[in-house]
Amino acid sequence: MSEILVLVEHVEGQVKKVTLELLTLARKLGTPSAVWAGPGYSPDAKARLAEYGAEKIYLADSADISDYVVAPKAELLAQLVSEKSPAAVLVAATAEAKEIAGRLAIKIDSGVLTDVVGLQDGLVADQSIFGGGVNVQSRVTKGTPIVAVRPNSTPVEAAAGAGAEEQVSVTVSAAAKGARVVDRVKEEKGARPELTEAAIVVSGGRGVGSAENFSIIEKLADSLGAAVGASRAATDAGWYPHQFQVGQTGKTVSPQLYIAAGISGAIQHRAGMQTAKTIIAINKDPEAPIFELADFGVVGDLHQVVPQLTDEVVKRK
Amino acid sequence: MNIVVCVKQVPDTATERKLRSDDKTLDRDAADGVINELCEYAVEEALLLKEAHGGEVTVLTMGPDKAGDTIRKALAMGADKAVHLVDDALHGSDALGTSYALAQTLRKIGFDLVVLGSESTDARTGVLAAMLAERLDVPQLTFAKKVEVNGGSIAIERVTDYGYDRVEASLPAVISVVEKINEPRYPSFKGIMAAKKKPVEKLGVADAEIDASQVGLANSWSEVADFAAAPPRAAGTVVKDEGDGGVKTADFLASKKFV
Ligand SMILES: Cc1cc2nc3c(=O)[nH]c(=O)nc-3n(C[C@H](O)[C@H](O)[C@H](O)COP(=O)(O)OP(=O)(O)OC[C@H]3O[C@@H](n4cnc5c(N)ncnc54)[C@H](O)[C@@H]3O)c2cc1C
Ligand SMILES: Cc1cc2nc3c(=O)[nH]c(=O)nc-3n(C[C@H](O)[C@H](O)[C@H](O)COP(=O)(O)OP(=O)(O)OC[C@H]3O[C@@H](n4cnc5c(N)ncnc54)[C@H](O)[C@@H]3O)c2cc1C
Repeated sequence: MSEILVLVEHVEGQVKKVTLELLTLARKLGTPSAVWAGPGYSPDAKARLAEYGAEKIYLADSADISDYVVAPKAELLAQLVSEKSPAAVLVAATAEAKEIAGRLAIKIDSGVLTDVVGLQDGLVADQSIFGGGVNVQSRVTKGTPIVAVRPNSTPVEAAAGAGAEEQVSVTVSAAAKGARVVDRVKEEKGARPELTEAAIVVSGGRGVGSAENFSIIEKLADSLGAAVGASRAATDAGWYPHQFQVGQTGKTVSPQLYIAAGISGAIQHRAGMQTAKTIIAINKDPEAPIFELADFGVVGDLHQVVPQLTDEVVKRK
Repeated sequence: MNIVVCVKQVPDTATERKLRSDDKTLDRDAADGVINELCEYAVEEALLLKEAHGGEVTVLTMGPDKAGDTIRKALAMGADKAVHLVDDALHGSDALGTSYALAQTLRKIGFDLVVLGSESTDARTGVLAAMLAERLDVPQLTFAKKVEVNGGSIAIERVTDYGYDRVEASLPAVISVVEKINEPRYPSFKGIMAAKKKPVEKLGVADAEIDASQVGLANSWSEVADFAAAPPRAAGTVVKDEGDGGVKTADFLASKKFV
């Protein structure tokens, strides 16, 4: 079976769920090999990658791979593509991994598909475009296909792989050292799941009314084990940090369940959440466009409805 | 500082957007063309940098004749001049072809700093800035929520999942901006009038020394095989809160096995 490279997404040494999704997908197409770039690799990480089918794990875990913006990781993948001749390279459709994919595409003269939600035989990719309005089947026609897959689009399945480690020696070129990361500033996010990976997202908008009131959104999220999102009106007002913004200029999420409270459903917000499997809207305006998308909607004051819902969820657990 | 800001015309997100049934490319006639929203922030940032450090702002657009409207908008905001890369041979270029054509043009016109939006609203690939940095072999400073230029050096705050990274490089460089970076100005009446007289240079593929075998639909690295409108979402249930809205929502969640 042909080899499929999967670029591992990891944070503080933990393998992110999207990587398990990519490994699951890669198993349908060939034999997955995980590529670990940057520091933080551990036996736990190895176990996790092997559990989901990585036959090989290419390790390039030196610090300078992540000390510079994007370019060193693209170099690493280009080197592996030329050494191993894989059938395809899969990355997560996150902002940074898409950039890696883009630079890689130029280095290896291959096509790249972004925001893919499914892959079929012959590497035909499903893309959902125009905010979910049109479904496209596309394919790469030149080179080694590079495919950026949207988190939460593939159900994960475990299937053990050998997880054989292979150290890759890389020398980051001078050209790739142009943009140096001199500081990483972490803004607190607490214990909640990451927005793009979460199975459930609870988002608040202008209707929440204040930064303090976001605690009712957080409480509902915590009762469901969900991530918290926000509309741009809420992040612009400074009620919630920008990295939690959902929409055209924020994150794109495809959770199993999306709850929008006090959000009108502007087209730019919909672009980031329209592909959620189930949508619930809570809004006091019966005319709010968000109700057009909702599988279930409540016309009412979120300050009443949301705390009552939280109590009910806690009660029924 | 010689700043080039890359601006894309996109179909208005408020209208229905379509692909063409004949060649499966974006149907640019079906919807009004507007400036890509994040490109307005890119133009604003270019203008702010010019105001602080002096120099000139050039708008660069690749697109059909109609994209001239978008160029005028950027000029009305205050950019000095524009280059419009327009040629039928470019129709249907994918991200690789587009980045190649823009990179060739940038080489030709020269730059200290190239400013892009971090994503377009139509294709949303978010790869153009990274691809330009790769092709031009200059530092990539993308997803910036803050930019500072100091002589020959540049520093940005790059938005990440956990907050932001502080990134440093020297010029020339390519940057892309997110919408938290500034508040784009509205063109003034004076700006709109002045824009009519600002120079717009039209370049074709040959003028920009673009190898025609690397651009256009037929030479793309990827293709759209098929497409269809997504089936509409089934209409949901909407209830009015009569003191039990939370309970009813919980019932719905239970029916879907979320609780
Ligand atoms: C370049 C650009 C990019 C953008 N990108 C994004 C993006 O990424 N994400 C995004 O979200 N937006 C984005 N927007 C903004 C978007 O157009 C909307 O302005 C925004 O989504 C509105 O947020 P909202 O729904 O919270 O606020 P509003 O539209 O003001 O809606 C608030 C809603 O809350 C309801 N409400 C008020 N009080 C209560 C209450 N007590 N109980 C229940 N309901 C209540 C109201 O009925 C109303 O429907 C972008 C816009 C531009 C121009
Ligand atoms: C729905 C759809 C899906 C597509 N998917 C893919 C895909 O998966 N792979 C692929 O290779 N191609 C794809 N394309 C083709 C792609 O749209 C073009 O290559 C496009 O010109 C660049 O991509 P973008 O707009 O996504 O760029 P982004 O990287 O999202 O745009 C960022 C910035 O680049 C600059 N920019 C982009 N285009 C231009 C331009 N023409 N002139 C000046 N500045 C510009 C602007 O500053 C913009 O803010 C797709 C096109 C469509 C319509």
